[in-house]
Amino acid sequence: MPSIERRAIAPYLFFLPALLLFLAFSVYPFYLLTHTSLFEWDGISPAKTFIGLSNYWNVLAHDRVFWTSFSQAGTITLLALVLQNALALLLAIAVNRRLAGGTLYRTVFFLPPILSEIVVGLIWFWIYDGNFGILNEALSHLGLARFARAWLADPNTALTAVAIIHMWKGFGWGFVIFLAGLQTIPEQLYEAARVDGASAWLRFRHITLPLLVPVCVVVSILTILGTMQIFALIIATTGGGPGYHTEVPITRIFHSMLGTSRFGYACAQGIVFGLILLVFSLAQMRFQRRVS
Amino acid sequence: MTRIKSVRHLTQRGTCLTLLALAGSAVLLGIAGCGKPKAAQQPGPLRVWHWMTDREAAFDELARRYQQETGTRVRFELYAPSDIYVQKVRAAAQTGGLPEIYGVLGELRDLASFINAGHVLPLEEAMSRNGNAWRSVFFPKALAVNTFTRENAYGVAPGVYGVPVDVMNVQLFYNKRLLATLGLDQPPDTWEAFLDVGRRAAAQRLIGFVSGWAELWLIDCFATDYAIHEMGMKQVEATYRGKVPYTDPDWVRVLGRFAELRDSGVLAEGIVAMGNKRAEQLFANGQAVFAFNGTWGVNVYQSMNPALEYGVVMPPRTDPNRPMVTWGGAGSSFFVNAKSPRREEAIAFLTWLTAEPQQRYLTEATQNIPANRSAAADLPAPLAAFADDMDDTVHPRLFSVQEESTVIEAFDKGIQSILIGERTPEEVAARVQETKRLEASRRATRAARQEGGHAID
Repeated sequence: MPSIERRAIAPYLFFLPALLLFLAFSVYPFYLLTHTSLFEWDGISPAKTFIGLSNYWNVLAHDRVFWTSFSQAGTITLLALVLQNALALLLAIAVNRRLAGGTLYRTVFFLPPILSEIVVGLIWFWIYDGNFGILNEALSHLGLARFARAWLADPNTALTAVAIIHMWKGFGWGFVIFLAGLQTIPEQLYEAARVDGASAWLRFRHITLPLLVPVCVVVSILTILGTMQIFALIIATTGGGPGYHTEVPITRIFHSMLGTSRFGYACAQGIVFGLILLVFSLAQMRFQRRVS
Repeated sequence: MTRIKSVRHLTQRGTCLTLLALAGSAVLLGIAGCGKPKAAQQPGPLRVWHWMTDREAAFDELARRYQQETGTRVRFELYAPSDIYVQKVRAAAQTGGLPEIYGVLGELRDLASFINAGHVLPLEEAMSRNGNAWRSVFFPKALAVNTFTRENAYGVAPGVYGVPVDVMNVQLFYNKRLLATLGLDQPPDTWEAFLDVGRRAAAQRLIGFVSGWAELWLIDCFATDYAIHEMGMKQVEATYRGKVPYTDPDWVRVLGRFAELRDSGVLAEGIVAMGNKRAEQLFANGQAVFAFNGTWGVNVYQSMNPALEYGVVMPPRTDPNRPMVTWGGAGSSFFVNAKSPRREEAIAFLTWLTAEPQQRYLTEATQNIPANRSAAADLPAPLAAFADDMDDTVHPRLFSVQEESTVIEAFDKGIQSILIGERTPEEVAARVQETKRLEASRRATRAARQEGGHAID
């Protein structure tokens, strides 16, 4: 082979192993997922029944619970986007001011994300317990016993209660990313603004916030993708109940696959779910480009 | 300059090919590692997969004794909780990695799928050897749960497929001390009396009734007990067949029992979010008057609070003229992997495991009712109460027809909705019936496709 041709091929040979891994562990499973979604299959039987797009039709047209689970995951996501990220930003700004014990705060704020979701779920289950829960005890001591309830079993509070746990566990990620973003903003900009007499709010509004937009977009994408895929926390606290009040898409997919042995249907649910997340991500990336 | 030279050197043919070969080998090895594991060259231990955390130590001890007696090594491998176990077994079945002996959790249709896929060895022949010697050691109901009849709907060849290790049923535990506090020396035997105890308990700020009703299957046990008690088995099966709608007044009445429970105040606060572990803690700590729990509760309460004084009764009747039933049958069962070359060794081990001495040891160590009848002859008091009622047990696997999983879910979730006061029994009945209609339509589509030759292997 002539030397020039060899040199032309060489770069492709270098990425061939990565390509093979990508095909084996991403493309092929996705093909299998799509293929299975066209069949009625219990996950064990040797025979599958081809049913075309029926699974998709049933997901889109008949599965009210699946769409309810979407809106519930959306509610948790919205709460996380606003409250969790606002808290993360606030704490990041506070720690960025070189407070005494800043390292300690960083460690403490980053503790919840590294805890197992199951452990976090169990801890909060004890807090929320309707019979001997810490929260109800605290309310009683404050003379607010009339507000005591089984927080995770009450349809009016269950979803919010789960969302609070999720936000508590998740704000540390946003905190770390926001803090990193804040530390990249040149100090001279603030000094110049101070010289010009800008108040703290104006400095935040006109320096910090615009320069943090790319970081905000990243944190938002991570929050949306992470929250929409919430699963272990739900399993550890409510299992999707009471009724269907804390069901989210992944618990429904899990239930279809292992609870009712409908593998084909679960695959169709997974693909619909994945496509919707993809649309969200693309929209956000476009938004980021526009803002940038 | 030297750096540029070394970069050029990298693109030279020999280095390129070596790197490529290494990377290719790594990928191929990785992919090969995902394939079916080859059968072991050397006979290793017989592997038994299970999910029973409470029996782990006892199983290990039995494995040690078996090796001492026969020289055959057995290794019990625990995968818990049961959700994880179900995933593990399914994944292993799909990749051909099942052990010699394993359990199948789930409904009858799941077991049928494993059998039809050739993963479960029929045990009819082994059970029939020496004049049905092995078959005769078991409680008939325990074996029946693992047996497919000639008329089964799944196309499974009739016969026995599983080996029960123990038997169980789910009943009402009551705390004797708390009952006395409420002015009673006997547990209530009628529904009204039971609700009344609930009202008294609520008045004294005691927790009346606990159960793991966040886990739908325990709700289903309770509901099935009362459906059969109030309607009879025929009507329940007729509903599953689609001949009687869930909107029938009898079903609405059964669902209404949950509204009565809710209104009486007998239920623990937040019972629909209560896992069974939490319910067991509350009862073991003497904080609840009643617990709806299975035979395994004896072992759990013993380990949590040995001083707890309790008794066990059947759930109270709503109609004194109709017999009460309770959900039960085989507790845990093992199956032999039909694709394992060591099938006979597996059968020999299970025969040994279900013989009287081993079953007695299991009972002593784990406080479960043995599947072997002789070993169950002189059980301690709480277990004896459970064993006495084994004849009154019902199990969905023994019904002549099984309900669709999606309908069961709609039914159980609907009961949760009643318990939290979100829906009326009539609304839940209508929703369940709608799910049943959709499921019937889906089945019809599937049947039509199968007739049209769309099934592929």
